[in-house]
Parts: sequence; C-alpha cells; structure tokens
Amino acid sequence: MIHFENVTKRYPGGYEGLSNANFHVTPGEMVFLTGHSGAGKSTLLRLIGLLERCTRGQVLVGGRNLAKVKRRHIPYHRREVGMIFQDHRLLHDRTVFDNVAMPLVVAGLRHQEIGRRVHASLDKVGLLSKERAYPVTLSGGEQQRVGIARAVVSKPPVVLADEPTGNLDPELSQEIMDLFCQFNQVGVTLLIATHDLDLVSRMGKRILTLSHGRLKRDVAGRAS
Amino acid sequence: MKLGRSHLRIDTWVLRHLQVALSSLGRLYRTPLATLMTAAVIGIALALPTGMHVALSNIQQLAGGWDGAATLSLFLKQEVDEKQIIKLTNKLGAHPKLAEVQLINPDIALEEFQRLSGFKGALKALDRNPLPTVLIIEPLQQYSTPEAAEELMTEFNRLAEVDFTQLDLQWVRRFHAITEIARRGVMVIGILLGLAVLLIVGNTIRLEIQNRKSEIEITKLIGGTDAFIRRPFLYNGLWYGLSGGILAWLLVSISLWMLNGPIERLAGLYRSEFDLSAIDFYTLSILLLGSALLGLFGSWIAVGRHLSDIEPS
Repeated sequence: MIHFENVTKRYPGGYEGLSNANFHVTPGEMVFLTGHSGAGKSTLLRLIGLLERCTRGQVLVGGRNLAKVKRRHIPYHRREVGMIFQDHRLLHDRTVFDNVAMPLVVAGLRHQEIGRRVHASLDKVGLLSKERAYPVTLSGGEQQRVGIARAVVSKPPVVLADEPTGNLDPELSQEIMDLFCQFNQVGVTLLIATHDLDLVSRMGKRILTLSHGRLKRDVAGRAS
Repeated sequence: MKLGRSHLRIDTWVLRHLQVALSSLGRLYRTPLATLMTAAVIGIALALPTGMHVALSNIQQLAGGWDGAATLSLFLKQEVDEKQIIKLTNKLGAHPKLAEVQLINPDIALEEFQRLSGFKGALKALDRNPLPTVLIIEPLQQYSTPEAAEELMTEFNRLAEVDFTQLDLQWVRRFHAITEIARRGVMVIGILLGLAVLLIVGNTIRLEIQNRKSEIEITKLIGGTDAFIRRPFLYNGLWYGLSGGILAWLLVSISLWMLNGPIERLAGLYRSEFDLSAIDFYTLSILLLGSALLGLFGSWIAVGRHLSDIEPS
C-alpha cells in the first residue's frame, strides 16, 4: 500500500528530515512509527499526504507514484488519505457534525448521503449525541475523536495519525488505539506516529523506529 | 487509480453553487456593520460617475430641443424676380428633407430694420432697398444634425437663385464638443473609480482570506480543490460589488429627488417644462451588472494572489 524507496527529504538549508528511507506497508497493515521528536516521523507522514515532496527517491501510495501527481490533483490524492493530528485541527466556529461532514462536502456528495455517513462515523467514535455541540465544549479526548471521525468519514483506504494521543492520559489513549484497531479490522491501512512506547509495545503491532531521519529498526508485530 | 475530477451531476453542481452563494450572503449578513461599510465605500465610489452620467444625460436631453433649431437662411440674388421666388418657395416646400420654409420679403424686412435699428434717416437716403429676399428653412428633425444640415447647405448653394446660404451651427457644434469632453471626463472618472472598487474589494477579500486561514488550511488537508476554496470568496466579492451598486443607485436617486424641486422652480422661471429624469433602466442594468462584475473580478485578483500562499503545515 505504501512504498518508500530510498526516500530523502532535504529542507532548504541542508537539514535532512528523512535520509534514504526504505520500507513497505502492505494493505490492511497497522504500523507504529516511533522515535525522538525531530526524528522524521512527521516528515514521513507529510510525504505520504503530499504536504511535501521528497528530494530523492520514490514514494508510492496504492501503486501511485506521488512524484507524478500534479499540483491540481493533490486534493484528489488527499481524499484517499485520512489525516489525524495531535492538535485535532477542527474548525471552532462549526458544529461537530459540520466538522465531520467537511470531507464529504468537499467531495460533492449529496445531502442525504452526507447525513447518513456522518452519523455512522460519529456513532463509531461514540459521539453521536454531541453532533450539535461546538468543539470547544468538548474534552481533549472527545475533540480527538471528532478528528478521527472526520478522517475516516469518507472511508479512505489509508489513515495517517501524527501523535494522536499526545495530549491524552493513558486511559483515553488506549480508547483511541482501540478505535484504530477497529478500523484496521475492516481493512484500513494505518500509520500512527507516536512516542508513547508503552502503548506501542502493548499493542503488539509492527513498529518502525526512526532516529535522526534514518530508519533504525523495523520490528514485526506479534501475530494476533 | 487515476486522479481527477469526479463527474458531478449538473443539478448537484447548481445546488452547490446556490448553497455557497447563500452561505456567503449569510456570512456577510452576520457582520452587518463591516459589510455595510465596505458596500458604502463601493457605493460612494460608483455613485459619483453614475450621478455625473445622469446629469450629463439630462443636460443633453435639455439641449435636444435646441438641436432642432438648426435653421438655414437662403439669401437670394437681387436680380431674382417675384415669379421665380414663388416658384422656388413652392419647390423647397415640397423638398422631402424640409419641415418648413418661410419667406421674408425685403420690403417688410426693411421696415422692421428701420423700426428696430434706429437708422431710419440713413436708410431713407438709399435710393433702393439693399436687403435681399431671404428664405428661412427648417429641416426635419432627423436632418438637423450638423453634418446633415451642412449637406443641405451645399445642396442649396448650387441653386441658381441663391446668392449664399448661411447655417448658424457654430454654437451647436461648440455645445456638442463641450458635452463630448464632459462625457469623456465622466468615462475617465468612471474608470478610475472602477479601479478603486477593484482595490477595495481585493483588499477586503485579502483580509477575509487571512481571517479564515486555518479554515483554508484544513480544507486543503481534507482534499478541497482550489476551486472549492475559491468559490465562497468569489461570491463574497460578487455580493460586495452588487450591494455597492444598489447603494450607488439609492444615493443617486436620493440626490436627484433632492435636486428636483429647485430645478423645477428654475425651469419654471425660464418658462421651460424641463423635468429631471431619474436613472433609466439601461443605466441601472449597466450599473448593477458592472458593480457585480467589478466585485467578482476584484475578489478573483485577491484570491489568485493570496490563496496559493496558504499551504497546510
């Protein structure tokens, strides 16, 4: 599903966010990405979501070479990659429903279809009762779940999460991870960047460890 | 898999545009003071050339009556006798381009001249009447323009009985020249203020783009196309322009209404029935369409310049 072949990302000024990375994520796999801050986790995710382009090498997502995606086609690529952020990136002047509906509105779905899918997605993350609420009235964990609902509402084959549990206590973090596992069970490919090593080791999934932009370790998950 | 625009049904497309148009209108409505201030600036900027245009149209309408007064004076040769004069008068009376032919008898003219000039004694010393017979000719309305009247003049100059023809068009020409300059002036002011409207709308939209930066970023993150992001701003510009145009119309109409009373009184003093005419339908259509397009174009410029600067980080 996701191929990295000798991928290097060099920023202006010579700093290398990612150096010569090689790995392959198969469809339906759930992979954790760990490493110290600044190790290149975010850079790696940003390359997959085409927020940035690599300097050298090749990134393939779903068989598509991202170097060949024209600028005007980037939005269509992003519709197939759900993204979740540590700071949720919600719009605070819109209700939970409207926030979750955004990817579907952007894709031009019909009104009834949007309502149906948003409700299904909110139901999945357990926030159906809060659809009329504004994000500021929700707790951190709830806001993150809204962000997750938004990322999966359009049923993208790939979901990326950048420090999704960064600001949450262990119990809430576990809830979020369980949610990810549920998505994984229905075939979604997940790539989750986190530095919460306890949580990662408990999950028993494949772990990629980055250090100073280099891929240091690739530990296969326990067969569950 | 190939990336590209998913084909929307046309009714979905229209519905989406309608939704964006209305939500953009709603957004402006929720900040009435800011919207009104922007619309007022645009309105005042557009009211100036519109008002001047209407004033100029009124002046030209007033002068329209004078244009018809372009008359030709045919001075006949001394040796032309009475029979020939009657024949010529009849001939010209049947001319298809003329409305009226008036004969001025030299004896009557002399009498009048003696009475009005005060040269009675001096004129009496002359052994014969020095005044020629004159035919005052008034062309039909459509032949009263300077060019057509001039053509008639050359035609009459070729007649054997005519000594020379006089056409007093100088002042008509001068007046046309002055109104032409005024019209150009209005055009120049209109273009300058139109540019000002572009800048006003552009700047307002630029600020709006900055205020909604995070919304734009998030929309780009979840796969919103540039067209999708651009659309609400373009509608905002359109609404700004249109509301400015409506305001300009109101401003000009109120000004005309306030001027109407004094102008009627002045016209009454000149025994004229001149009536100040309001903005006609054609001018109004141009004003509203133009203002909406200016708003749209101004916002297009701002959006084109500033939207690509915002990329999700």
